Amino acid sequence: MFMVVDATTALGPRKTRSLHRFANPGRFLRVSGRVLPSLAGAALVLTVAGLVWGLFYAPADWQQGDAVRIMYIHVPSAWLGSAGYMAVAVCSVLSLVWRHPLADLAAVEIGPVGAGFTALCLATGSLWGKPMWGAWWVWDARLTSMLVLFFLYLGHIALVRAFDDPQRGYRAGAILALVGVVDLPIIKFSVQWWNTLHQPDSITLTGSPTMYAGMLWPLLVCALGFTFAFAAIVTARLRAAVMERRIRALLMARAQEA
Amino acid sequence: MNHLAYIVPSYALAVLVLIGFSASAWTRMRRAQRRLAAVDPRSRP
Repeated sequence: MFMVVDATTALGPRKTRSLHRFANPGRFLRVSGRVLPSLAGAALVLTVAGLVWGLFYAPADWQQGDAVRIMYIHVPSAWLGSAGYMAVAVCSVLSLVWRHPLADLAAVEIGPVGAGFTALCLATGSLWGKPMWGAWWVWDARLTSMLVLFFLYLGHIALVRAFDDPQRGYRAGAILALVGVVDLPIIKFSVQWWNTLHQPDSITLTGSPTMYAGMLWPLLVCALGFTFAFAAIVTARLRAAVMERRIRALLMARAQEA
Repeated sequence: MNHLAYIVPSYALAVLVLIGFSASAWTRMRRAQRRLAAVDPRSRP
C-alpha cells in the first residue's frame, strides 16, 4: 500500500528534526489557519487607516503640493518589493542547503506578489515623477535598478514554471534568485553612489528621519498595513499551494493503488 | 487638492493590486480547502 509520508518522519538527528519542525506542512496549515484571520484583519484596518490619513489628513508638501500623497503608496510598495525579493532569496537558501519542504513553495508564492508590489512602486513612481520632474520615466540609477528587480521577479516566475519536473524548476529559480539578490544593495545605495534625480532616503535604520512627523506617521501606518497585507496574501497563497500539493499526492496514491 | 490627476490613479492602482491579490488568494485557498475535504474527509475542519 502507498502511504503519504510526512517529510519530518524521515529525518534522523535531533537537530535536523527540530529545524524541520517549522517546515512540517501539516503544522504550517494548523498554525497559519489560526494566524491568518488576525493578520488579514490587521492589514485591512492599518491599510485603510494609513491611506485615508495620507490622502485626507496629512499635510501637503511646501514644494511638491499634494503630489506628495503618492508617497504613502510608493514608498511602502518599494520597501515590500525589495523585502519580498529578499524573502525569495532566503527561501532559495533554505531550499538549496537544507531541502526545506516549504521553502520552494514559499518562493514560488512570494514571487508574483513581490512582482505586483514592485510594479505598483514603478507605476506610482511614474505618476509622481511626471508632475515633479516633467517626465514619466528617466533612466536614473534608482529607477533602473528597481526595473531590473521587476524583471528578476518575472524571470523567477517564468523559470520555476518552465520545467516538466517541478524540482528542477525550483532549483533553477533558487539559483536565479540568489544571483539576482545583488540588485538589492544597488537599489538601496544607488542614490548615494550616483547622482540621481530620485531623492536620497528620508528614513534610514541608523539616522533619525528627515521628514516632518505629520507625514512620517501616516507613512509608517501605511507601511505596516501593506506589510501585513503582503504577509496575509502570501500566507493564503502558501496554504492553497500546500493543500493543492496534498491533493495531488492523495490522488496519485489512489491511482497507484487502483 | 492639486495634482489630483496623478494622485487618484495612484490610489486606485494600490486598491486594485491589494484587492486583486487578496481576492485571488482567498478564492484559491477556499477552492483548495473544498477539494481537499472532498478527496480526504479527515482534513475537514
